[in-house]
Amino acid sequence: MSNRPLSPHLQIYRLPLVVLLSITHRITGVFLGLGTLVLLYWLCAVASGPEAYAAAQSVLDMFIVKLVLFGWTWAFFYHLCNGVRHLAWDGGYGFELPQAYASAYAVLAISTVLTLLVWGFVAAAPGGAA
Amino acid sequence: MSLRTDLGRAKGLGSAKDGVSHWRLQRLTALALVPLSLWFVLSLLCVFDASHAEIVAWVSAPHVTVLLIALSIVLFWHLQLGLQVVIEDYVHTAWYQIALQVLLRIGAGLGALIAIVSVLKISLSLG
Repeated sequence: MSNRPLSPHLQIYRLPLVVLLSITHRITGVFLGLGTLVLLYWLCAVASGPEAYAAAQSVLDMFIVKLVLFGWTWAFFYHLCNGVRHLAWDGGYGFELPQAYASAYAVLAISTVLTLLVWGFVAAAPGGAA
Repeated sequence: MSLRTDLGRAKGLGSAKDGVSHWRLQRLTALALVPLSLWFVLSLLCVFDASHAEIVAWVSAPHVTVLLIALSIVLFWHLQLGLQVVIEDYVHTAWYQIALQVLLRIGAGLGALIAIVSVLKISLSLG
């Protein structure tokens, strides 16, 4: 039982794009789940009053935190777009291989463009990069 | 020789029989999160560098309060349904899996409650 070959052998088998998108959906889901902790921290800070809110804003203004928030933004849009793709599959649409690849490229493109739009907007805001 | 009937032995075996309900709830919460999360992210873009008073005024608008509470419920529900499957797929030690599943439900429940109470606290502070 323990000597049975694994299939696909992950170190040899080149994962097709659609498979990579599938596992990325799960990874972004877990990442977004961790991100809800930041959301709760921000909400609690707002609820605690102006001082706590100012402290939270300065934490969120740190470069390393902004880098994580950037990754979180992409994860959000990716999970959203790919989630809609999954909902279409659940409805029975888009199962043909060319369609699956077309929607895969669309998900990657749309989520990347939306992420850049959001952070472009943030950088262009009067207060500078948040 | 056992006096138990065939039906008695078979009862309680097999699947938990709630797979369809899990699948359906995951899709329903996903569907609800499409407009809710898009609205939330767009709203955050409008208030990210606002003062505390501006944020409080935004949260206190009745429709914002309602939508934020709806988002809190659906978001943590969807999170619980999704992470539950991840744990089921990758954690194979029985006691460890059960412990993680219990912790996940406690965490998701607390997360939703903290979010809801925070929103209400902000929203009702204006009186």
